[in-house]
Amino acid sequence: MANNNNGDVKLIGAWPSPFVMRPRIAFNIKSVEYEFLEEQFGSKSDLLLKSNPVHKKIPVLLHNDKPICESNIIVEYIDEVWSAGPSILPSDAHDRAVARFWAAYVDEKWFPNVRGALNASSEEAKNAAVGQLKEGMALLEGAYEEINKGKDFFGGEKIGFIDISFGSMLAWLRALQVMLGGVKLLDEEKTPGLCKWAAKFSADPAVKDVLPETDKIIEFAKLLVAKNKSAAASS
Amino acid sequence: MAEQVKVLGSWGSPFSKRVELALKLKCVNYECIEQDLANKSQLLLDYNPVHKKIPVLIHNGKPIVESLVILEYIDETWRHNSIFPHDPYEKAMARFWAKFIDEKCNEGVWKIMWCKEEERGKLVEEVLQHFGTLEGQLKDKKFFGGEEIGMVDIAANFIGYWLGLVQEAIGMELVTRDKFPVLCRWMDEFVGHSVVKPILPPRDELLAIFKARFNATAWEY
Repeated sequence: MANNNNGDVKLIGAWPSPFVMRPRIAFNIKSVEYEFLEEQFGSKSDLLLKSNPVHKKIPVLLHNDKPICESNIIVEYIDEVWSAGPSILPSDAHDRAVARFWAAYVDEKWFPNVRGALNASSEEAKNAAVGQLKEGMALLEGAYEEINKGKDFFGGEKIGFIDISFGSMLAWLRALQVMLGGVKLLDEEKTPGLCKWAAKFSADPAVKDVLPETDKIIEFAKLLVAKNKSAAASS
Repeated sequence: MAEQVKVLGSWGSPFSKRVELALKLKCVNYECIEQDLANKSQLLLDYNPVHKKIPVLIHNGKPIVESLVILEYIDETWRHNSIFPHDPYEKAMARFWAKFIDEKCNEGVWKIMWCKEEERGKLVEEVLQHFGTLEGQLKDKKFFGGEEIGMVDIAANFIGYWLGLVQEAIGMELVTRDKFPVLCRWMDEFVGHSVVKPILPPRDELLAIFKARFNATAWEY
């Protein structure tokens, strides 16, 4: 669906993916309309395979038929192209470096333990992953207090890059807490700042229709874990 | 105000050299503070408490960590001699390929260096595919950045110089001229570049370290 001078904007993705949520939130912040091309669970469309032949993964942004892949790279692209809208990355170069640092931390250090905890084959492995996640939460709590300049979000008064990168994980974080029998990752005592932040983020107009209900993620996670188990068994 | 630019780095580290290369390309004066990685300094631990790793760029007392993040900071702070394309789409592509180099090529070689014998075949097959994909991006360009070195070339520095030494140390050829002629041609251009060549670590010293580390680990198996 063309929208004025935005060109042709399509996003290949799927509703449960936290990585797909990132560009969706970014588009909402910028008030840019896009066509959401949803992939079916368990299969990859020809368009996806053609648009992201290297990784074959979602999300993929197609802007005037040019593909951009990798969620944080897509968010930066959105921020740069639709520069008239509210900024997602900070303007100061050092603040930008801090934002990129924490976005990379979420993906490279924190999120792999979500997968680890969900797919763990032993209690020991599960506990190790949860331990790592809790350590990460403590670090992120510290970062939040340092970066937010006394405001609601990592980005200050409004949602920014770190908010999107980490906030997109909230539905899965909440689901994990339930699925692991009440493990507290968002902890009122240990991570009070992040607890407040999570509530504000989830309620933000740019986020609330994108972040799925925890129950829906739990249902989906069960399907995913089953699929992973059968794939592992047959390999 | 006199600018203060320091790099906490290590003479042999490709990640450290990425930062130095970017600063040199921008003609920015800096002080390199060599770090002993076996005995990490308080300075390093203070400036990079999360990862405790080099490189760290310290600009007027403020630290920036993670080499690719540092490259972005350098390009945004010293705007002449850009290492990133200006066009947002081309910039997104540069970021994509830099990430691909770290996560697939460099990580792939790293896994092969330390893997068990029986895992090697599959890992080699995978990494050769990744090198092929990367080579496809060069086509007939002199550098990934075009006529001049850019962000992707800097990110590929391990492949440009260190990879050959690793191959010699482990006695395995991954990237050869007959299989990857375009990538090898790029490697020659890269190491011969007037700004790159003077900051490359000495070959013999680096090779000796790789051989010693690799042999020590192989003996453990």
